[in-house]
Amino acid sequence: MKRLDWFANPARFLRLARAVQPWAAGVALVAAAVGLYLGLFASPADYQQGESVRIMYVHVPSAWMALFCYTALAGASAVALIWKHPLADLAAKATAPVGAAFTFLALLTGSLWGKPMWGTWWVWDARLTSVLVLFFLYLGYIALNGAFDDPTRGAKASAVLALVGFVNVPIIKFSVDWWNTLHQPASVLRAGGPAIHESMLAPLLLMALAFKAYYVWVLLIRIRAEIAAGKIRAARLRETRVAAS
Amino acid sequence: MNPFFAIVRRDARLAFRQGTDTLMTLAFFVIAVVLFPFGVGPEPNVLARIGGGVVWVAALLASMLALERLFQADYEDGGLELLALAPMPLSAVALAKVLAHWLATGLPLAVAAPALGVMMNVPGDVFPVLIGALLLGTPTLSLIGAIGAGLILGARRGGVLLALLVLPLFIPVLVFGVSAVEMAAQGLSPAASLLILGGMFLAALALAPWATAAAIRQALE
Amino acid sequence: MSDLAAYFAMGGYGAFVWPSFAVTLAVLILVWFASDRQLKRNERALAEMEKPGKGPR
Repeated sequence: MKRLDWFANPARFLRLARAVQPWAAGVALVAAAVGLYLGLFASPADYQQGESVRIMYVHVPSAWMALFCYTALAGASAVALIWKHPLADLAAKATAPVGAAFTFLALLTGSLWGKPMWGTWWVWDARLTSVLVLFFLYLGYIALNGAFDDPTRGAKASAVLALVGFVNVPIIKFSVDWWNTLHQPASVLRAGGPAIHESMLAPLLLMALAFKAYYVWVLLIRIRAEIAAGKIRAARLRETRVAAS
Repeated sequence: MNPFFAIVRRDARLAFRQGTDTLMTLAFFVIAVVLFPFGVGPEPNVLARIGGGVVWVAALLASMLALERLFQADYEDGGLELLALAPMPLSAVALAKVLAHWLATGLPLAVAAPALGVMMNVPGDVFPVLIGALLLGTPTLSLIGAIGAGLILGARRGGVLLALLVLPLFIPVLVFGVSAVEMAAQGLSPAASLLILGGMFLAALALAPWATAAAIRQALE
Repeated sequence: MSDLAAYFAMGGYGAFVWPSFAVTLAVLILVWFASDRQLKRNERALAEMEKPGKGPR
Protein backbone atom coordinates (compact mmCIF):
# COMPACT_ATOMS: atom_id res chain seq x y z
CA MET A 1 0.00 0.00 0.00
CA LYS A 2 3.04 2.24 -0.10
CA ARG A 3 1.94 3.44 -3.53
CA LEU A 4 -1.40 4.83 -2.37
CA ASP A 5 0.21 6.25 0.77
CA TRP A 6 2.52 8.40 -1.35
CA PHE A 7 -0.49 9.83 -3.12
CA ALA A 8 -1.76 11.02 0.25
CA ASN A 9 1.16 13.42 0.55
CA PRO A 10 3.09 14.20 -2.62
CA ALA A 11 3.38 17.76 -1.36
CA ARG A 12 7.10 18.14 -1.86
CA PHE A 13 6.88 17.19 -5.50
CA LEU A 14 3.86 19.42 -6.11
CA ARG A 15 5.65 22.39 -4.55
CA LEU A 16 8.65 21.74 -6.80
CA ALA A 17 6.42 21.30 -9.85
CA ARG A 18 4.53 24.52 -9.26
CA ALA A 19 7.81 26.41 -8.86
CA VAL A 20 9.53 24.96 -11.93
CA GLN A 21 6.62 24.87 -14.34
CA PRO A 22 6.38 28.57 -15.19
CA TRP A 23 10.14 28.72 -15.75
CA ALA A 24 10.03 25.75 -18.09
CA ALA A 25 7.18 27.34 -19.99
CA GLY A 26 9.02 30.67 -20.15
CA VAL A 27 12.26 29.16 -21.43
CA ALA A 28 10.36 27.10 -23.99
CA LEU A 29 8.46 30.08 -25.38
CA VAL A 30 11.40 32.49 -25.44
CA ALA A 31 13.85 29.99 -26.90
CA ALA A 32 11.27 29.00 -29.51
CA ALA A 33 10.59 32.61 -30.44
CA VAL A 34 14.27 33.45 -30.90
CA GLY A 35 15.00 30.10 -32.55
CA LEU A 36 12.14 30.49 -35.01
CA TYR A 37 13.15 34.05 -35.82
CA LEU A 38 16.72 32.99 -36.51
CA GLY A 39 15.72 29.81 -38.26
CA LEU A 40 13.09 31.28 -40.56
CA PHE A 41 14.46 34.77 -41.15
CA ALA A 42 17.94 35.54 -39.92
CA SER A 43 19.91 32.53 -41.05
CA PRO A 44 21.29 31.69 -44.48
CA ALA A 45 19.98 29.11 -46.89
CA ASP A 46 22.18 26.10 -47.52
CA TYR A 47 24.62 25.93 -50.40
CA GLN A 48 23.22 22.61 -51.60
CA GLN A 49 19.76 22.34 -50.06
CA GLY A 50 18.56 25.90 -50.48
CA GLU A 51 15.75 27.08 -48.25
CA SER A 52 14.59 23.53 -47.51
CA VAL A 53 17.39 23.30 -44.96
CA ARG A 54 15.17 25.33 -42.62
CA ILE A 55 13.14 22.18 -41.98
CA MET A 56 16.19 21.02 -40.05
CA TYR A 57 15.26 23.45 -37.28
CA VAL A 58 12.18 21.39 -36.40
CA HIS A 59 13.21 17.99 -37.75
CA VAL A 60 16.46 17.54 -35.85
CA PRO A 61 15.22 18.77 -32.44
CA SER A 62 12.16 16.51 -32.81
CA ALA A 63 14.40 13.53 -33.52
CA TRP A 64 16.67 14.38 -30.60
CA MET A 65 13.64 14.61 -28.30
CA ALA A 66 12.26 11.31 -29.62
CA LEU A 67 15.43 9.59 -28.44
CA PHE A 68 15.78 11.68 -25.30
CA CYS A 69 12.22 10.92 -24.18
CA TYR A 70 12.63 7.21 -24.72
CA THR A 71 15.84 7.26 -22.71
CA ALA A 72 14.00 9.14 -19.95
CA LEU A 73 11.19 6.60 -20.22
CA ALA A 74 13.58 3.68 -19.88
CA GLY A 75 15.45 5.38 -17.02
CA ALA A 76 12.26 6.11 -15.10
CA SER A 77 11.12 2.53 -15.73
CA ALA A 78 14.38 1.17 -14.34
CA VAL A 79 14.01 3.34 -11.23
CA ALA A 80 10.40 2.20 -10.89
CA LEU A 81 11.31 -1.48 -11.08
CA ILE A 82 14.38 -1.26 -8.81
CA TRP A 83 13.38 1.30 -6.17
CA LYS A 84 9.62 1.14 -6.71
CA HIS A 85 9.07 4.87 -6.16
CA PRO A 86 5.60 5.78 -7.48
CA LEU A 87 6.87 9.04 -8.96
CA ALA A 88 9.07 7.07 -11.36
CA ASP A 89 6.03 5.22 -12.74
CA LEU A 90 4.19 8.51 -13.18
CA ALA A 91 7.14 10.16 -14.90
CA ALA A 92 7.41 7.25 -17.34
CA LYS A 93 3.69 7.21 -18.08
CA ALA A 94 3.65 10.98 -18.54
CA THR A 95 6.64 10.96 -20.89
CA ALA A 96 5.34 8.36 -23.34
CA PRO A 97 2.75 10.41 -25.25
CA VAL A 98 5.13 13.38 -25.54
CA GLY A 99 7.90 11.13 -26.85
CA ALA A 100 5.49 9.54 -29.30
CA ALA A 101 4.46 13.00 -30.53
CA PHE A 102 8.11 14.01 -31.10
CA THR A 103 8.78 10.74 -32.94
CA PHE A 104 5.76 11.36 -35.15
CA LEU A 105 7.00 14.89 -35.88
CA ALA A 106 10.49 13.63 -36.66
CA LEU A 107 9.05 11.15 -39.16
CA LEU A 108 6.66 13.68 -40.71
CA THR A 109 9.10 16.58 -41.04
CA GLY A 110 11.73 14.15 -42.24
CA SER A 111 9.34 13.02 -44.95
CA LEU A 112 8.63 16.63 -45.95
CA TRP A 113 12.37 17.26 -46.12
CA GLY A 114 13.11 14.03 -47.94
CA LYS A 115 10.69 14.59 -50.78
CA PRO A 116 12.43 17.66 -52.22
CA MET A 117 15.93 16.47 -51.27
CA TRP A 118 15.89 12.75 -52.03
CA GLY A 119 12.89 12.70 -54.35
CA THR A 120 10.93 10.33 -52.13
CA TRP A 121 8.61 10.61 -49.13
CA TRP A 122 10.02 7.46 -47.55
CA VAL A 123 12.89 5.02 -47.87
CA TRP A 124 13.54 1.87 -45.88
CA ASP A 125 17.05 2.70 -44.77
CA ALA A 126 18.33 1.81 -41.30
CA ARG A 127 17.76 5.25 -39.73
CA LEU A 128 14.15 5.75 -40.88
CA THR A 129 13.23 2.13 -40.19
CA SER A 130 14.60 2.16 -36.65
CA VAL A 131 12.83 5.47 -35.87
CA LEU A 132 9.59 3.94 -37.13
CA VAL A 133 10.24 1.01 -34.79
CA LEU A 134 10.74 3.55 -32.00
CA PHE A 135 7.30 5.00 -32.79
CA PHE A 136 5.73 1.55 -32.50
CA LEU A 137 7.55 0.97 -29.23
CA TYR A 138 6.01 4.15 -27.82
CA LEU A 139 2.54 3.08 -28.99
CA GLY A 140 3.04 -0.39 -27.53
CA TYR A 141 4.13 1.12 -24.23
CA ILE A 142 1.05 3.36 -24.07
CA ALA A 143 -1.25 0.47 -25.04
CA LEU A 144 0.23 -1.92 -22.48
CA ASN A 145 0.11 0.71 -19.74
CA GLY A 146 -3.63 1.14 -20.20
CA ALA A 147 -4.53 -2.50 -20.81
CA PHE A 148 -5.04 -3.54 -17.21
CA ASP A 149 -7.81 -2.75 -14.75
CA ASP A 150 -5.16 -2.30 -12.08
CA PRO A 151 -3.00 0.70 -13.07
CA THR A 152 -0.11 -0.58 -10.95
CA ARG A 153 0.04 -3.79 -12.99
CA GLY A 154 -0.02 -1.74 -16.20
CA ALA A 155 2.81 0.43 -14.93
CA LYS A 156 5.00 -2.54 -14.06
CA ALA A 157 4.36 -4.42 -17.31
CA SER A 158 5.09 -1.38 -19.44
CA ALA A 159 8.23 -0.67 -17.41
CA VAL A 160 9.59 -4.07 -18.41
CA LEU A 161 8.64 -3.38 -22.04
CA ALA A 162 10.38 0.00 -21.97
CA LEU A 163 13.64 -1.61 -20.87
CA VAL A 164 13.40 -4.41 -23.43
CA GLY A 165 12.87 -1.86 -26.21
CA PHE A 166 15.81 0.31 -25.13
CA VAL A 167 18.12 -1.76 -27.33
CA ASN A 168 16.63 0.20 -30.25
CA VAL A 169 18.05 3.53 -29.06
CA PRO A 170 21.75 2.89 -29.78
CA ILE A 171 20.68 1.24 -33.05
CA ILE A 172 18.99 4.48 -34.09
CA LYS A 173 21.90 6.65 -33.05
CA PHE A 174 24.57 4.60 -34.79
CA SER A 175 22.49 3.34 -37.73
CA VAL A 176 23.91 6.01 -40.02
CA ASP A 177 27.42 4.87 -39.13
CA TRP A 178 26.88 1.11 -39.22
CA TRP A 179 24.88 0.96 -42.45
CA ASN A 180 24.96 2.65 -45.83
CA THR A 181 22.00 4.94 -45.35
CA LEU A 182 20.33 7.58 -47.45
CA HIS A 183 19.92 9.62 -44.26
CA GLN A 184 22.97 11.77 -43.68
CA PRO A 185 25.44 10.93 -40.92
CA ALA A 186 25.75 12.86 -37.68
CA SER A 187 26.78 16.48 -38.07
CA VAL A 188 26.40 17.81 -34.54
CA LEU A 189 26.85 15.17 -31.84
CA ARG A 190 29.94 13.52 -33.19
CA ALA A 191 33.62 13.10 -32.43
CA GLY A 192 35.45 16.20 -33.63
CA GLY A 193 32.63 18.61 -32.85
CA PRO A 194 29.80 20.00 -34.93
CA ALA A 195 30.18 20.27 -38.67
CA ILE A 196 27.57 22.98 -39.08
CA HIS A 197 28.22 26.66 -39.47
CA GLU A 198 27.42 28.65 -36.33
CA SER A 199 24.76 30.74 -38.07
CA MET A 200 22.81 27.52 -38.45
CA LEU A 201 23.96 25.96 -35.19
CA ALA A 202 22.45 28.78 -33.12
CA PRO A 203 18.80 28.39 -34.22
CA LEU A 204 19.21 24.60 -34.09
CA LEU A 205 20.42 24.62 -30.50
CA LEU A 206 17.81 27.18 -29.49
CA MET A 207 15.01 25.04 -30.90
CA ALA A 208 16.52 22.01 -29.14
CA LEU A 209 16.48 23.96 -25.88
CA ALA A 210 12.90 25.07 -26.55
CA PHE A 211 11.78 21.47 -27.12
CA LYS A 212 13.53 20.27 -23.96
CA ALA A 213 11.97 23.01 -21.86
CA TYR A 214 8.59 22.24 -23.46
CA TYR A 215 9.02 18.60 -22.47
CA VAL A 216 9.69 19.55 -18.82
CA TRP A 217 6.69 21.89 -18.89
CA VAL A 218 4.25 19.30 -20.26
CA LEU A 219 5.81 16.52 -18.14
CA LEU A 220 5.05 18.45 -14.96
CA ILE A 221 1.48 19.10 -16.10
CA ARG A 222 0.95 15.42 -16.87
CA ILE A 223 2.48 14.20 -13.61
CA ARG A 224 0.28 16.61 -11.66
CA ALA A 225 -2.73 15.22 -13.53
CA GLU A 226 -1.66 11.66 -12.66
CA ILE A 227 -1.21 12.58 -9.01
CA ALA A 228 -4.70 14.05 -8.90
CA ALA A 229 -6.06 10.90 -10.54
CA GLY A 230 -4.20 8.76 -7.99
CA LYS A 231 -5.66 10.77 -5.13
CA ILE A 232 -9.14 10.27 -6.52
CA ARG A 233 -8.53 6.53 -6.78
CA ALA A 234 -7.21 6.40 -3.21
CA ALA A 235 -10.18 8.38 -1.90
CA ARG A 236 -12.63 6.10 -3.71
CA LEU A 237 -10.87 3.06 -2.29
CA ARG A 238 -11.17 4.50 1.23
CA GLU A 239 -14.86 5.18 0.67
CA THR A 240 -15.62 1.64 -0.42
CA ARG A 241 -13.65 0.30 2.55
CA VAL A 242 -15.58 2.44 5.01
CA ALA A 243 -18.86 1.59 3.31
CA ALA A 244 -18.07 -2.11 3.47
CA SER A 245 -17.05 -2.10 7.13
CA MET B 1 14.36 -36.50 -14.29
CA ASN B 2 15.88 -33.12 -15.00
CA PRO B 3 13.11 -30.64 -14.08
CA PHE B 4 13.88 -28.48 -17.12
CA PHE B 5 13.21 -31.30 -19.54
CA ALA B 6 10.25 -32.42 -17.44
CA ILE B 7 8.58 -29.11 -18.26
CA VAL B 8 9.59 -29.31 -21.91
CA ARG B 9 8.19 -32.82 -22.20
CA ARG B 10 4.97 -31.96 -20.41
CA ASP B 11 4.26 -28.87 -22.49
CA ALA B 12 5.30 -30.48 -25.75
CA ARG B 13 3.20 -33.54 -25.03
CA LEU B 14 0.18 -31.34 -24.24
CA ALA B 15 0.74 -29.35 -27.41
CA PHE B 16 1.03 -32.40 -29.65
CA ARG B 17 -1.82 -34.22 -28.04
CA GLN B 18 -4.13 -31.27 -28.55
CA GLY B 19 -2.59 -30.38 -31.87
CA THR B 20 -4.48 -27.11 -32.17
CA ASP B 21 -1.44 -24.89 -31.88
CA THR B 22 0.58 -26.73 -34.51
CA LEU B 23 -2.40 -27.07 -36.82
CA MET B 24 -3.41 -23.44 -36.47
CA THR B 25 0.13 -22.21 -37.04
CA LEU B 26 0.66 -24.32 -40.14
CA ALA B 27 -2.80 -23.61 -41.53
CA PHE B 28 -2.28 -19.87 -41.21
CA PHE B 29 1.17 -20.16 -42.78
CA VAL B 30 -0.18 -22.01 -45.78
CA ILE B 31 -3.22 -19.78 -46.24
CA ALA B 32 -1.22 -16.57 -45.96
CA VAL B 33 1.32 -17.66 -48.57
CA VAL B 34 -1.28 -19.13 -50.92
CA LEU B 35 -3.20 -15.85 -51.00
CA PHE B 36 -0.30 -14.03 -52.63
CA PRO B 37 -0.44 -15.59 -56.09
CA PHE B 38 -4.11 -14.69 -56.11
CA GLY B 39 -3.36 -11.19 -54.96
CA VAL B 40 -0.35 -10.27 -57.12
CA GLY B 41 -1.01 -12.58 -60.08
CA PRO B 42 0.63 -15.92 -60.86
CA GLU B 43 3.42 -14.53 -63.03
CA PRO B 44 6.44 -16.64 -61.94
CA ASN B 45 9.01 -13.85 -62.04
CA VAL B 46 6.94 -11.62 -59.78
CA LEU B 47 6.40 -14.44 -57.31
CA ALA B 48 10.08 -15.34 -57.30
CA ARG B 49 11.00 -11.68 -56.59
CA ILE B 50 8.85 -11.52 -53.48
CA GLY B 51 8.87 -15.21 -52.55
CA GLY B 52 11.51 -15.08 -49.82
CA GLY B 53 9.88 -12.11 -48.14
CA VAL B 54 6.37 -13.54 -48.34
CA VAL B 55 7.37 -16.86 -46.80
CA TRP B 56 9.21 -15.07 -44.01
CA VAL B 57 6.39 -12.63 -43.21
CA ALA B 58 3.84 -15.44 -43.23
CA ALA B 59 6.05 -17.54 -40.90
CA LEU B 60 6.50 -14.56 -38.58
CA LEU B 61 2.76 -13.88 -38.33
CA ALA B 62 1.97 -17.57 -37.96
CA SER B 63 4.46 -17.98 -35.12
CA MET B 64 2.68 -15.19 -33.25
CA LEU B 65 -0.68 -16.96 -33.20
CA ALA B 66 0.08 -19.46 -30.46
CA LEU B 67 2.12 -17.03 -28.36
CA GLU B 68 -0.82 -15.55 -26.50
CA ARG B 69 -1.50 -18.85 -24.81
CA LEU B 70 2.10 -19.63 -23.90
CA PHE B 71 1.56 -18.88 -20.22
CA GLN B 72 -2.18 -18.28 -20.20
CA ALA B 73 -3.40 -21.72 -19.14
CA ASP B 74 -0.89 -22.04 -16.30
CA TYR B 75 -1.59 -18.46 -15.22
CA GLU B 76 -5.31 -19.12 -14.97
CA ASP B 77 -5.17 -22.40 -13.07
CA GLY B 78 -2.43 -21.33 -10.67
CA GLY B 79 0.23 -23.57 -12.13
CA LEU B 80 2.42 -20.60 -12.95
CA GLU B 81 2.54 -19.51 -9.32
CA LEU B 82 3.68 -22.98 -8.31
CA LEU B 83 6.38 -22.91 -10.95
CA ALA B 84 7.50 -19.50 -9.73
CA LEU B 85 7.89 -20.86 -6.20
CA ALA B 86 9.75 -23.97 -7.34
CA PRO B 87 13.53 -24.19 -6.75
CA MET B 88 14.16 -23.97 -10.50
CA PRO B 89 14.76 -20.33 -11.54
CA LEU B 90 11.78 -18.77 -13.29
CA SER B 91 13.93 -17.87 -16.30
CA ALA B 92 14.69 -21.59 -16.77
CA VAL B 93 10.97 -22.35 -16.55
CA ALA B 94 10.32 -19.72 -19.20
CA LEU B 95 13.06 -21.16 -21.41
CA ALA B 96 11.62 -24.67 -21.07
CA LYS B 97 8.16 -23.45 -22.08
CA VAL B 98 9.61 -21.52 -25.00
CA LEU B 99 11.44 -24.61 -26.20
CA ALA B 100 8.25 -26.67 -26.09
CA HIS B 101 6.38 -23.87 -27.89
CA TRP B 102 9.00 -23.70 -30.61
CA LEU B 103 8.97 -27.47 -31.12
CA ALA B 104 5.22 -27.26 -31.68
CA THR B 105 5.16 -24.16 -33.89
CA GLY B 106 8.52 -22.85 -35.14
CA LEU B 107 10.02 -26.19 -36.11
CA PRO B 108 7.00 -27.25 -38.20
CA LEU B 109 7.15 -23.86 -39.94
CA ALA B 110 10.78 -24.36 -40.94
CA VAL B 111 9.99 -27.87 -42.19
CA ALA B 112 6.94 -26.73 -44.18
CA ALA B 113 8.72 -23.73 -45.70
CA PRO B 114 10.13 -25.46 -48.80
CA ALA B 115 6.66 -26.61 -49.85
CA LEU B 116 5.50 -23.01 -49.69
CA GLY B 117 8.68 -21.86 -51.35
CA VAL B 118 7.71 -24.00 -54.31
CA MET B 119 4.37 -22.22 -54.48
CA MET B 120 6.16 -18.87 -54.54
CA ASN B 121 8.58 -20.02 -57.23
CA VAL B 122 11.60 -19.73 -54.95
CA PRO B 123 14.51 -21.52 -56.68
CA GLY B 124 15.20 -24.99 -55.33
CA ASP B 125 18.84 -24.41 -54.44
CA VAL B 126 17.74 -21.66 -52.05
CA PHE B 127 15.72 -24.07 -49.90
CA PRO B 128 18.57 -25.11 -47.57
CA VAL B 129 19.23 -21.44 -46.80
CA LEU B 130 15.52 -20.81 -46.28
CA ILE B 131 15.19 -23.70 -43.85
CA GLY B 132 18.42 -22.78 -42.09
CA ALA B 133 17.41 -19.15 -41.72
CA LEU B 134 14.01 -20.14 -40.34
CA LEU B 135 15.63 -22.63 -37.96
CA LEU B 136 17.77 -19.78 -36.63
CA GLY B 137 15.05 -17.14 -36.75
CA THR B 138 11.96 -18.88 -35.38
CA PRO B 139 13.51 -19.71 -31.98
CA THR B 140 14.49 -16.05 -31.69
CA LEU B 141 10.89 -15.10 -32.46
CA SER B 142 9.64 -17.52 -29.81
CA LEU B 143 12.10 -16.16 -27.25
CA ILE B 144 11.18 -12.52 -27.90
CA GLY B 145 7.49 -13.40 -28.15
CA ALA B 146 7.61 -15.05 -24.74
CA ILE B 147 8.49 -11.68 -23.19
CA GLY B 148 5.34 -10.25 -24.74
CA ALA B 149 3.30 -13.26 -23.63
CA GLY B 150 4.42 -12.67 -20.05
CA LEU B 151 3.68 -8.95 -20.20
CA ILE B 152 0.06 -9.36 -21.33
CA LEU B 153 -1.01 -11.83 -18.63
CA GLY B 154 -4.24 -10.48 -17.23
CA ALA B 155 -4.50 -7.70 -19.81
CA ARG B 156 -7.59 -6.81 -21.75
CA ARG B 157 -7.51 -7.84 -25.43
CA GLY B 158 -4.17 -9.54 -24.93
CA GLY B 159 -3.89 -11.01 -28.42
CA VAL B 160 -3.94 -7.75 -30.34
CA LEU B 161 -1.77 -6.06 -27.74
CA LEU B 162 0.78 -8.85 -27.99
CA ALA B 163 1.07 -8.31 -31.73
CA LEU B 164 1.65 -4.58 -31.25
CA LEU B 165 4.29 -5.23 -28.60
CA VAL B 166 6.39 -7.90 -30.28
CA LEU B 167 6.23 -6.89 -33.93
CA PRO B 168 8.71 -3.98 -33.60
CA LEU B 169 11.10 -6.37 -31.89
CA PHE B 170 10.64 -8.98 -34.62
CA ILE B 171 11.67 -6.67 -37.43
CA PRO B 172 15.47 -7.18 -37.17
CA VAL B 173 14.97 -10.96 -37.41
CA LEU B 174 12.77 -10.47 -40.45
CA VAL B 175 15.23 -8.12 -42.15
CA PHE B 176 18.18 -10.48 -41.87
CA GLY B 177 16.13 -13.62 -42.47
CA VAL B 178 14.87 -12.30 -45.79
CA SER B 179 18.31 -10.94 -46.61
CA ALA B 180 19.82 -14.41 -46.27
CA VAL B 181 17.24 -15.88 -48.65
CA GLU B 182 17.61 -13.02 -51.14
CA MET B 183 21.40 -13.31 -51.22
CA ALA B 184 21.16 -17.05 -51.85
CA ALA B 185 18.59 -16.44 -54.59
CA GLN B 186 21.02 -14.09 -56.33
CA GLY B 187 23.83 -16.61 -56.08
CA LEU B 188 25.72 -14.65 -53.43
CA SER B 189 26.81 -15.96 -50.04
CA PRO B 190 24.20 -15.70 -47.27
CA ALA B 191 26.85 -16.23 -44.63
CA ALA B 192 26.83 -12.68 -43.23
CA SER B 193 23.05 -12.59 -42.73
CA LEU B 194 23.01 -16.09 -41.26
CA LEU B 195 25.76 -15.14 -38.83
CA ILE B 196 23.80 -12.10 -37.72
CA LEU B 197 20.70 -14.26 -37.30
CA GLY B 198 22.78 -16.62 -35.19
CA GLY B 199 24.06 -13.73 -33.13
CA MET B 200 20.54 -12.46 -32.52
CA PHE B 201 19.48 -15.95 -31.48
CA LEU B 202 22.30 -16.18 -28.95
CA ALA B 203 21.54 -12.72 -27.59
CA ALA B 204 17.86 -13.60 -27.27
CA LEU B 205 18.75 -16.92 -25.63
CA ALA B 206 20.82 -15.09 -23.03
CA LEU B 207 18.48 -12.17 -22.30
CA ALA B 208 14.90 -13.11 -23.17
CA PRO B 209 14.27 -15.78 -20.47
CA TRP B 210 15.39 -13.30 -17.83
CA ALA B 211 13.08 -10.56 -19.17
CA THR B 212 10.24 -13.08 -19.48
CA ALA B 213 10.71 -14.12 -15.86
CA ALA B 214 10.59 -10.46 -14.81
CA ALA B 215 7.35 -10.01 -16.79
CA ILE B 216 5.79 -13.13 -15.23
CA ARG B 217 6.78 -12.04 -11.74
CA GLN B 218 4.98 -8.71 -12.30
CA ALA B 219 1.88 -10.62 -13.33
CA LEU B 220 1.97 -12.82 -10.25
CA GLU B 221 2.44 -10.04 -7.71
CA MET C 1 5.06 42.73 -52.02
CA SER C 2 6.78 40.47 -54.49
CA ASP C 3 9.57 40.26 -51.92
CA LEU C 4 7.12 38.84 -49.42
CA ALA C 5 5.78 36.42 -52.00
CA ALA C 6 9.33 35.40 -52.84
CA TYR C 7 10.05 34.88 -49.16
CA PHE C 8 7.00 32.66 -48.68
CA ALA C 9 7.95 30.62 -51.72
CA MET C 10 11.13 29.64 -49.89
CA GLY C 11 13.04 29.18 -53.13
CA GLY C 12 10.42 26.73 -54.38
CA TYR C 13 10.40 24.68 -51.19
CA GLY C 14 7.59 26.59 -49.54
CA ALA C 15 5.16 23.68 -49.79
CA PHE C 16 7.50 21.62 -47.64
CA VAL C 17 8.93 24.16 -45.22
CA TRP C 18 5.76 25.85 -44.02
CA PRO C 19 3.75 22.67 -43.38
CA SER C 20 6.70 21.29 -41.42
CA PHE C 21 6.66 24.21 -39.03
CA ALA C 22 2.87 24.40 -38.98
CA VAL C 23 2.35 20.74 -38.10
CA THR C 24 5.09 20.88 -35.46
CA LEU C 25 3.45 23.88 -33.83
CA ALA C 26 0.00 22.31 -34.08
CA VAL C 27 1.01 18.96 -32.58
CA LEU C 28 2.95 20.50 -29.70
CA ILE C 29 0.11 22.89 -28.88
CA LEU C 30 -2.34 19.99 -29.06
CA VAL C 31 -0.30 17.84 -26.66
CA TRP C 32 0.04 20.71 -24.21
CA PHE C 33 -3.67 21.53 -24.46
CA ALA C 34 -4.80 17.93 -23.94
CA SER C 35 -2.48 17.56 -20.94
CA ASP C 36 -3.61 20.81 -19.39
CA ARG C 37 -7.27 19.97 -19.89
CA GLN C 38 -6.79 16.56 -18.27
CA LEU C 39 -5.07 18.22 -15.31
CA LYS C 40 -7.86 20.73 -14.82
CA ARG C 41 -10.50 18.02 -15.13
CA ASN C 42 -8.77 15.81 -12.55
CA GLU C 43 -8.21 18.67 -10.10
CA ARG C 44 -11.85 19.69 -10.43
CA ALA C 45 -12.99 16.14 -9.69
CA LEU C 46 -10.63 15.97 -6.72
CA ALA C 47 -11.94 19.26 -5.31
CA GLU C 48 -15.50 17.91 -5.66
CA MET C 49 -14.58 14.79 -3.70
CA GLU C 50 -12.83 16.64 -0.93
CA LYS C 51 -15.66 19.13 -0.32
CA PRO C 52 -16.85 18.93 3.28
CA GLY C 53 -20.14 17.06 3.56
CA LYS C 54 -19.35 14.83 0.58
CA GLY C 55 -18.71 11.17 1.43
CA PRO C 56 -18.05 9.66 4.82
CA ARG C 57 -15.88 11.51 7.35
